[in-house]
Amino acid sequence: MATTEAAATTSPPVGDDVAIQILGMHKWYGNFHVLKNIDLTVYNGERIVICGPSGSGKSTLIRCINRLEEHQQGGIFVNGNELTGDLKGIDAIRREVGMVFQHFNLFPHLTVLENLTLAPIWVRKVPKAEAEEAAMSYLERVKIPEQALKFPGQLSGGQQQRVAIARSLCMNPKIMLFDEPTSALDPEMISEVLDVMVELAETGMTMLCVTHEMGFARKVANRIIFMDEGEIVEQNEPEEFFHNPKSERTKLFLSQILSH
Amino acid sequence: MTDNSFVRTESHPDLPPPVRHTGIIRWMRQNLFSSWFNTFLTISSLYLLYRIVPPFLEWAIFSADLSGSTYQDCTSGGACWAMVRVRFDQFMYGFFPTTERWRVDIGFLLLFATAIPLMIDGIPGKKYLAIFVFAIYPFVAFLLFHGGFGLEIVDTAQWGGLMLTLVLATVTIVVSLPLGILFALGRRSEMPIIRMICIGFIELWRGVPLITVLFMGSVMLPLFLPPGTNFDKILRTLIVMALFAAAYMAEVVRGGLQAIPKGQYEAAQAMGLSYWKTMGLIILPQALKIVIPGIVNTFIALFKDTTLVLVIGLLDFLSIIQSATTHKNWLGTSTEGYVFAAAVYWIFCFSMSRYSIRLERKLDTGHRN
Ligand SMILES: Nc1ncnc2c1ncn2[C@@H]1O[C@H](COP(=O)(O)OP(=O)(O)OP(=O)(O)O)[C@@H](O)[C@H]1O
Ligand SMILES: [Mg+2]
Repeated sequence: MATTEAAATTSPPVGDDVAIQILGMHKWYGNFHVLKNIDLTVYNGERIVICGPSGSGKSTLIRCINRLEEHQQGGIFVNGNELTGDLKGIDAIRREVGMVFQHFNLFPHLTVLENLTLAPIWVRKVPKAEAEEAAMSYLERVKIPEQALKFPGQLSGGQQQRVAIARSLCMNPKIMLFDEPTSALDPEMISEVLDVMVELAETGMTMLCVTHEMGFARKVANRIIFMDEGEIVEQNEPEEFFHNPKSERTKLFLSQILSH
Repeated sequence: MTDNSFVRTESHPDLPPPVRHTGIIRWMRQNLFSSWFNTFLTISSLYLLYRIVPPFLEWAIFSADLSGSTYQDCTSGGACWAMVRVRFDQFMYGFFPTTERWRVDIGFLLLFATAIPLMIDGIPGKKYLAIFVFAIYPFVAFLLFHGGFGLEIVDTAQWGGLMLTLVLATVTIVVSLPLGILFALGRRSEMPIIRMICIGFIELWRGVPLITVLFMGSVMLPLFLPPGTNFDKILRTLIVMALFAAAYMAEVVRGGLQAIPKGQYEAAQAMGLSYWKTMGLIILPQALKIVIPGIVNTFIALFKDTTLVLVIGLLDFLSIIQSATTHKNWLGTSTEGYVFAAAVYWIFCFSMSRYSIRLERKLDTGHRN
């Protein structure tokens, strides 16, 4: 299997090595061809923003990377390991890949602290005291250590999403996936979550982020990917992407989302 | 409607106090006599209560007899509680040998002494209590009730009364919940074979009346077993009832599983939790909490359904009372028997119901996301 430079990436590598490589990947839901011939290479430390119209397959693409969805053709390699049906391999990859969801998906029956320590304790077998200490330091990083003993239902949306980010970070992931992390939030809470994400980007985390927050994209992305109808239509550095879009579909999309 | 803005010149009259804090008259006017129809209902209910309660109290308490050794000794015209008094031990222990009844007492005291603290908040060492109740106690109870290791063997044919009812109910409840959870998970499994087996099992047991199942267990099952195998009748009943209850429990639990948003599974998976850890730590704690009322409902139904074992000749609490009231000394006391039985069943079922309400309150952690 050729895993070398089959992927047509337009931007230069940021780190030395490849974090994620997707080669000729296709996915179908029944007869519906959601993802068509996706080729994508993500380098360590790279920050990628994925945008595109609703239903274009953005969520599906990033969910394939940690196998919440299964692809039917082509290959996906995460840290050099191919995603196959092998359950052990999938769990190993999931330990390295954190994910933040649009609707937070915190566990409502556990306190914030328990949400954060659950996976380290049960998956990584970290002793409880150590896990709690780490959790508190991450809660400080997302600026809500005082909420540790509350239940998720008692927090605002922005706070919940920051807890969700901290929860992913507790597993020490090498890669973070974000699926529209701010689109379920009230406008006044968006910036507190984006601030946390910007800080995370500054630590050198490899990030793939589906978002329509173009200000954020400009600020942190190394590369913006535009998807439409299951294809990667265009990818480029932010400046080029915004000022000099190549395809008509990108121009149309940008005119729609930047018009307000 | 020309001028719709004005300045109030006098202060606002005091608002009536909130409904909850007002006097009984107002409460009655609002709740009992708010319309002519409600007034009618109230008055007819009062009339009914007047016709039922005083005569019942007269019968059950004021002109009841507690002493005497046959129905003929009950001469006051009210209830003949002498029957319950004379037969009380039998109602509790069945035909358990009199000299060995302390074992039953200890068995249940031990259960209450360990299981009740388990249900109360803030009691330390619950982990050890739980280990004792679920892992050690069953063996202790078996030894005490059945015998062995120096204790005289008491054949299960001698078990009866409330003791038998409680044994049947406790074992069925304790076995059916985990079994039901497994079947519910199996029914939602992605593996077709497991799913088919679980659906088949659940639908088979749900489709057959408990009485039929009990007959099958006690009459037909032995026909299929090799001759000479002596498979205890109560054990057979327990197995059959536990499986029956598990099928119902599975459907109750499945209802809870379906209420859990997909995002909960995805978040757990995305962190690398295995299937069993996802279920045990994330999904089941939430799903079971949602269906506590349904689970307790099933428990209560089960508790009362234990009375059906009388059709296969087991002398549970109800049937031993029935047999006492048909004894020649006590002919005519069946009302007393049924009232007593009803009161005891009610106490147990009502306690379960109260406990479930407390549990729900305790586990409520606010809004779900
Ligand atoms: N489980 C599923 N079964 C069938 N079709 C699906 C399923 N999930 C998604 N789809 C379809 O696949 C397409 C891509 O969905 P996806 O969620 O990836 O879009 P998206 O780009 O994330 O859109 P949005 O911006 O609305 O989140 C959509 O047309 C959607 O209807
Ligand atoms: Mg999406």
